[in-house]
Amino acid sequence: MSSTSQEIDPKQAVTALRRKDLLGIAELSPEEIELVLDTAEAMKEVGTRPIKKVPALRGKTVVNLFFEPSTRTRTSFEIAEKRLSADTLNIAIGTSSVVKGETLADTALNLEAMSPDMIVLRHASSGACHMLSRICRSAIINAGDGMHEHPTQALLDAFTIRERKKKLAGLKIAIIGDLLHSRVLRSNIHLLTKLGADVWVCGPPTLFPTDIRRFGVTATSVVDEAVRNADVIMLLRIQLERMEGAYFPSLREYFRVFGMTEERMRLAKSDVMIMHPGPMNRGVEIASEVADGPYSVILDQVANGVAVRMAVLYLLAGGAEHEEAA
Amino acid sequence: MKRLLKGGRVIDPANGIDGVHDLLIEDGRIARVGRDLPVEGATVVEIPEGLVVCPGLIDMHVHLREPGQEHKETVASGVASAVAGGFTAVACMPNTSPVNDNANVTSLILAKAAEANLAHVYPIGAVSKGSKGELLADIAELKQAGCVAITDDGHPVATALLLRRALEYAGMFGMPVIEHCEDSTLKGDGVAHEGFHAASLGLRGIPGAAEALGVERGVLLSELTGSAFHVAHMSARASLRAVRKGKEAGVRVTCEVAPHHFTLTDEALASPIPYDTNVKMNPPLREAADRDAMLAGIADGTVDAIATDHAPHHYDEKKVEFDRAPFGIVGLETAVPLSIDRLVHSGLIRLPRLVELMSTGPARILRVAGGTLSPGAAADITVLAPDLKVRVRASQLRSRSKNTPFDGWELRGGVAATIVGGRTVYVNPESVMGSGVM
Repeated sequence: MSSTSQEIDPKQAVTALRRKDLLGIAELSPEEIELVLDTAEAMKEVGTRPIKKVPALRGKTVVNLFFEPSTRTRTSFEIAEKRLSADTLNIAIGTSSVVKGETLADTALNLEAMSPDMIVLRHASSGACHMLSRICRSAIINAGDGMHEHPTQALLDAFTIRERKKKLAGLKIAIIGDLLHSRVLRSNIHLLTKLGADVWVCGPPTLFPTDIRRFGVTATSVVDEAVRNADVIMLLRIQLERMEGAYFPSLREYFRVFGMTEERMRLAKSDVMIMHPGPMNRGVEIASEVADGPYSVILDQVANGVAVRMAVLYLLAGGAEHEEAA
Repeated sequence: MKRLLKGGRVIDPANGIDGVHDLLIEDGRIARVGRDLPVEGATVVEIPEGLVVCPGLIDMHVHLREPGQEHKETVASGVASAVAGGFTAVACMPNTSPVNDNANVTSLILAKAAEANLAHVYPIGAVSKGSKGELLADIAELKQAGCVAITDDGHPVATALLLRRALEYAGMFGMPVIEHCEDSTLKGDGVAHEGFHAASLGLRGIPGAAEALGVERGVLLSELTGSAFHVAHMSARASLRAVRKGKEAGVRVTCEVAPHHFTLTDEALASPIPYDTNVKMNPPLREAADRDAMLAGIADGTVDAIATDHAPHHYDEKKVEFDRAPFGIVGLETAVPLSIDRLVHSGLIRLPRLVELMSTGPARILRVAGGTLSPGAAADITVLAPDLKVRVRASQLRSRSKNTPFDGWELRGGVAATIVGGRTVYVNPESVMGSGVM
């Protein structure tokens, strides 16, 4: 929605994301997604060097504004920013003015007054990033907003799949777990369907988003159907407090019906990839034998997160154009 | 003192009048409606061709916020907004601070209304003390102080038993119970209609069934008690079905629909402005099938009234995350343009039916004066300009709050003038009557 598309030089058109913000996968084109994934490959190489640093974002200020606890995502962004030589600062709720009753809009405007270039936002409210994008000049990067989107997670998931399978189109990808409350699900559905994957989602009907099939996926509560011949199985976290909303009776029963066991996994293709965005509940959505087994790429996902976030930061900052100007 | 409104299409559904007539006002009351009335002794006001003279519009569901939330609206700013919207009377909800559950609050509202001296204000009292859903409010006291109905609006009446008692007890005074129909457990912490768009945007849903359950409950209890039950701001197709079935069975149930619910759908959550808090209201904007059902109910007579659920909120309160924003939008000054544009110019209904929905219907439900141009009635009159091109400008609204999703909308149909008790209280400067003839 907020593209900074003035003065496009056609020969540079594939070297930068032509938009101010990354709010979600929903508004990205397949070409933009491919651009991020391709760029992430180059960024991954940086992480293998003895000196893991490039000057791409030198002189840029990036604020990591996290209103929800996060270890993986915040650390991943911070490492990505530092490898690109950006000046970074982390603001977590509890140390900010928000506890004094300041609104999100005021917090953002105050930060904005200090002229950061980018704000990486994690917030419990869906749409918080959209709101900030309307009032801030800084680029807003969505690091997870409520139940809406978590675009960099979906990008790193796609990167991890592509790295192994060399493609996404035509793959059967089963996503199993708490579909209703998952921003990871929404971003992944957008991304995987845009790139031509055959996406299956599975969970108890109590945890289906309304009209889930309108997202272009196959939905089932029969886990064997979802898993059968799958190229990729992605498990989503089951939050322990969901029993209170009567979404399912107990964690034990959830595991009995939907938990990914070695036995169930055998229904999938012989080279299936097991993925999980973390944090995992072992023995709830995934058996430890599966999480720790040879098909698991869960730690590869974490490793790739840094490269993908470097790519997003780099491309939003203007990519090669910015480097030439600097 | 006599004033003669000369010419113009006079529409008075209660008396079966629809044609070019003159209307004579004498001492604040309607004296006569007829062709070529004698002009002697009267100030003549020429009503230009194309304008419509009808009984004053009545908005039976507004929040005037006073006492207690004067930063959102006051009685004075609310009635200024009302007359600018063509309303000669409004009925205001009791969820003020303190709640209108006693004569003191009712009297304060009426005193403020008298001071403002624009539209009539009909206070609606609380069903329960503090609207807490436990003990009945002193309903006889409220009635005596001037309340015309009771409701715990903002929430449904807490239990079926209390609603039953309220219907029985208020029925004794001929007061309808107005219900914000909703099953609170199904609504949960939902913030938008439970449909594809909320699912896509990650917003917690409120299913139409939450409202319909409340409607079914009310219809059953109205049947049980024989008392009048009114469904506020109806939005879901299953609710309409319940009302229709109730009416067919002879139950004393009536219902109102708000302009935003027959105009917008939950698509507005996503565009043009994603997560715009000015499309957050309760009941929420529903899906197209629900919106279409509201239109069908308006056309076939199931719907008894159009009411705005005018819900002013300060911009600070709306300039927050979607799930933290309060529910509601202002509606008084956009109701007529939306209704004429979307209902009449679309060919769905004709103007006499619209006058029924916006004047005759509300007057009948609330058992208040107005809704007709019968001789002897107070001269509460709205002059409509059905072909006026209107551009909604939020910043220009008379309401103290500007929370409307219709900012910038261009609509056909507006208000030319508003007359209360024979006195012109509003002339639209952008209409043909704006040149000072009133």
